[in-house]
Amino acid sequence: MTQPDPDLERAVLAALRAIAPEVDPATLDPDRPLRDQAELDSMDWLHLLTDLHARTGADIGEAQADPRLSLRGLGALLAARGGAQPAGSRKG
Amino acid sequence: MSPATGNAPGDGEFRLPSLGADMDEGTLLSWLVAPGDPVHRGQVLAVVDTSKAAVEVECWQDGTVRELLVSPGSRVPVGTVLARLAPSGAAAGAGAPAAVSAAPSAQRVRMSPAARQRARELGLDPAGLVGHGPGGAVSLADVEAAGSAPRPLAPAREASPIAASPAPPTVSPTQVPPGSQGERQAAMRAAIAAAMSRSKREIPHYYLWESIPMAVALDWLRARNADRPPAERLLPAALLLRATTIALARVPELNGHWRDGAFTPATAVTLGVAISLRGGGLVAPALADAAQRPLAQLMAELSGLVRRARAGVLRSADLAEPSLTVTQLGDQGAEAVLGVIRPPQVALVGFGRIAERAWAQDGWLRPMPIVVASLAADHRVSDGHRGAMFLATLRDCLQQPAALDAPSMSATPNASSDLSPPAP
Repeated sequence: MTQPDPDLERAVLAALRAIAPEVDPATLDPDRPLRDQAELDSMDWLHLLTDLHARTGADIGEAQADPRLSLRGLGALLAARGGAQPAGSRKG
Repeated sequence: MSPATGNAPGDGEFRLPSLGADMDEGTLLSWLVAPGDPVHRGQVLAVVDTSKAAVEVECWQDGTVRELLVSPGSRVPVGTVLARLAPSGAAAGAGAPAAVSAAPSAQRVRMSPAARQRARELGLDPAGLVGHGPGGAVSLADVEAAGSAPRPLAPAREASPIAASPAPPTVSPTQVPPGSQGERQAAMRAAIAAAMSRSKREIPHYYLWESIPMAVALDWLRARNADRPPAERLLPAALLLRATTIALARVPELNGHWRDGAFTPATAVTLGVAISLRGGGLVAPALADAAQRPLAQLMAELSGLVRRARAGVLRSADLAEPSLTVTQLGDQGAEAVLGVIRPPQVALVGFGRIAERAWAQDGWLRPMPIVVASLAADHRVSDGHRGAMFLATLRDCLQQPAALDAPSMSATPNASSDLSPPAP
């Protein structure tokens, strides 16, 4: 397993906020499947991956985009795919 | 049927459109333009709150905003003139979509090109000018006179109380005033209650359903999506919608409206897509001309529609009256749905969650991803035999996913292909 990447986890939360604004990040367990916790359907999930691609440059292939990915796992996967959180968008 | 847009081509009046059969009034949330602003066809001029969502209302002519007549916060009936536009001369209306056929064609003011040009420069609405030329035509002199005299209509950048204090864009398209969320929820429930009660009162529903094997379609999707970035990937929903439009071509009596005691077939497929909202409620905005859309475009439009619906900001074009509604429960939904037809439509197509089931084929049991497709249809218009043909066509289409991706696929797949469930 790759290292957790807090910056990219923040990018995930920022993307999630645009799609599911009612989800409070504080209530998310970073080690449990994100999709279930945030109640994302397949279209929301695809939008999340699309937005993460745009934000971080990391293209998570469909085969890798396991719907059971946790926040931590998603951050690590983005890092492994060469994703970077743009400096300008670093905020909680 | 006319799409919901703020004005008929060329009439210079930007009106509150009907954004759905059940809407009779709306609240103007904000103006995105001010008097004097040039506008173009398709530009969003205002955001209006309906019981369903905040809706961006587009205009369908090029021109200039002359006057805003309704201030933000006002609740007004459908058809109310929200603003006056000065059409940009001869161009006004010329580029309007053919679909806006319900509106009478603009009363073109007879005037010379020079007069029209001068009127445009002065920001005058030709419709408001009195002509003294041959046959009552508006001459250049008439325009000059109108331009220097007290003007027949409030000119741009003056006059109206709203124009004096241009509506500050305090309400961005993605926000709604505090408190309106709960009201909208209540209004949405009331709208759903009214439409569904009427449906169950008036429409003699019959229901059919069919288990459709999806192995071939899902394999094809996986292969197609494998080397594409997320923005270009397709979801099974796109295949289901595409197959629906093709099956509708085969059984057109499911596509249209029941009005005044008779069925009126629709000339195009305007696909209503039921979208559940986060936090509850449901909207069914429309994909216009869905039968003409290639698969990738259908997916892109569906994606945009879901984003807009869930953000609570639809465009007026999204709320055209559908000719058939599809409800797709998605991968978190139930196994099957037997829907309630939304009047005045005459059918509703439902898809349950795609799930692996035991599938018997050639004497063997094996796991197979299955989607249960259902049809709720109006027995006044169609019967079970035709309904079954619709579902059979749907099933056959979904066994030929590559054909669904063919841009020119218009009518039916090989009707005689009595497709057995696919081999692994």
